Amino acid sequence: MSDTAERSIGKAGAPQRGPTGTGDALLRVLRALGRQREATVFIIAVALFLYFLIKGGSSFTSKPNQVTLWSDQVAPYAIIALGEVFLLICGEIDLSVGFVVGFAPYLMHYLIDFWGFPGLLGIFFALLVGLVVGAVNGFFTVTVRVPSFITTLGTGFILLGLINTTSHDQPAPIPASVLGIGKWINNYAFAPIIWAVVLTVLFHIVLTRTRWGLHTVSVGGNLLGAREAGIHVNRIKYGNFMITGLLGSLVGLQQTYYTNNITPTAGSYQWMFYAVTAAVIGGTAMLGGTGTVIGAFFGAVVLGILLDGFPLIGVSADPLNIIFGGAILVSMVANVQLTRLRERGQS
Amino acid sequence: MTATAPGGQAAPVNPGGEVLRCEHISKSYGVVTALTDVNLRLARGEVLGLIGDNGAGKSTLLKILCGFQPPTSGRIILEGKPVVLKSVDQARSLGIDAVYQDLALVNQLTVFQNMFLNREKVRWPLVRNQAMRKEAREHLDEMGVHIPSVNVPVAQLSGGQRQAVAVARSVFSDPKILLLDEPLAAMGVKEGAIILDLITRLKREGNVSIIIIAHNYAHVLEVCDRINLIQGGQITLDKRTDETSAEELTDLVVAEYRRALEERQRSA
Repeated sequence: MSDTAERSIGKAGAPQRGPTGTGDALLRVLRALGRQREATVFIIAVALFLYFLIKGGSSFTSKPNQVTLWSDQVAPYAIIALGEVFLLICGEIDLSVGFVVGFAPYLMHYLIDFWGFPGLLGIFFALLVGLVVGAVNGFFTVTVRVPSFITTLGTGFILLGLINTTSHDQPAPIPASVLGIGKWINNYAFAPIIWAVVLTVLFHIVLTRTRWGLHTVSVGGNLLGAREAGIHVNRIKYGNFMITGLLGSLVGLQQTYYTNNITPTAGSYQWMFYAVTAAVIGGTAMLGGTGTVIGAFFGAVVLGILLDGFPLIGVSADPLNIIFGGAILVSMVANVQLTRLRERGQS
Repeated sequence: MTATAPGGQAAPVNPGGEVLRCEHISKSYGVVTALTDVNLRLARGEVLGLIGDNGAGKSTLLKILCGFQPPTSGRIILEGKPVVLKSVDQARSLGIDAVYQDLALVNQLTVFQNMFLNREKVRWPLVRNQAMRKEAREHLDEMGVHIPSVNVPVAQLSGGQRQAVAVARSVFSDPKILLLDEPLAAMGVKEGAIILDLITRLKREGNVSIIIIAHNYAHVLEVCDRINLIQGGQITLDKRTDETSAEELTDLVVAEYRRALEERQRSA
């Protein structure tokens, strides 16, 4: 059985016995990839971790680096990916969430320092603005029926413009009255990754074991069918946009406390791009109806380890994007393959 | 009443227990008229075949009856009381359920998840998978539907099995009226037999009245008590199945084609 695999992998230079040899092996690999998606990404994550553990040694295992890795390079993308997974499953996407990350801390700063709001209320409104942006995205996408790709492109630009205009491109310190609450959000070095793990478990349960999750899958899998079954399709989409916005606000506050600064450059597309990359590597299809929360988390871990590890072992970070791009393509091929297998009833 | 001319009305099989009546139902979408003055009756336990060509108005009527869209005019009388069907949910709560042509099954969800779609058993906040699995299994067995496992995604089922799951799901909520839209569409003889068998079983139990909407009537004649032919948005024939035949229906449909053809030639 391993005969063909050995021949094609072990003796790359040896002549091939017809094209079917490699074809079969490739198909088998893709099949395995498709079937246990979370497990595959988990194994890749562990392998990468071990690789950098050996190559990087103490510079990789040191506490400061582990904090950077988990709290800065994994947690924010993992948290935003949760929202994107739900949106991708119900057939939508949010490109604007990265600018909520940038805008929410500024709103907190304005409300507390310029308008005299109490600290907790400032944080409350910073979180609320994520929900509001989500609702606006929902309104244009669901009610006005602009594709979410365009809606959120627009709201993203508006938020970026708001950040730059209102802040005059200047950073700001964290308001004194909310410095203390930072310890709940971020002061403990590993707080962000704990947030990410807890939220991942929570969202996994919501996706697989609650009506909200099942209806999200239904909306993406068969929109008309979901509507005919009496599911409130619009409510599901609005809700998932709002959840994603809220997660954006949360990451915005975390970043503020992590960098100890409110800065206009915190709002960028990078949050969304890496989050969607994590979701896709983790096994979420862009076609709607399928996706995994656990997979997205490990997707973010893979992403984070690469982001953190390469510079650490003295390799330029420049080729990273080539790797990410390739990983996205391989993942999507595996997704398409899985769908075909499902349709043929083989998986 | 005995056999009637096209346009007349045949006696329902069970005239004592009328469960549904449509009076003067019309529907237009802007300038397009889909239904004109449709009158339809359904007796308790009866299986009515609603037959017509593509675009004759069958699916429009179905969508009105299941609450998916309102009629432009006319009224629906359910068990003697006029009702206004505002939504699919409301129609379902009144006991009218439909199995649509596109089946409303979610490929990515399992058989049992589909059977409980939007009526999941919940112990808040979680859904009760074990209870739903068990009940789905029992229900399918009871109805003689053979599925390898209720845990497989419906994408892996055959067309007949999928249709059977969809019908079984509708019967689940114990409806008074079941609307089946093209239940045998794109199905082989073997697959179709699964569905005809299921309908026969439901008919024997007699708890539910069924309207079968079909494009190809040869199949459905076998299970229907009565046939209504719909042409150009109007019901043009209403007969008991044993008083009509596939030949008569074919003749009527062919005559319609001929008229349409002549009209085209005349206007050309």
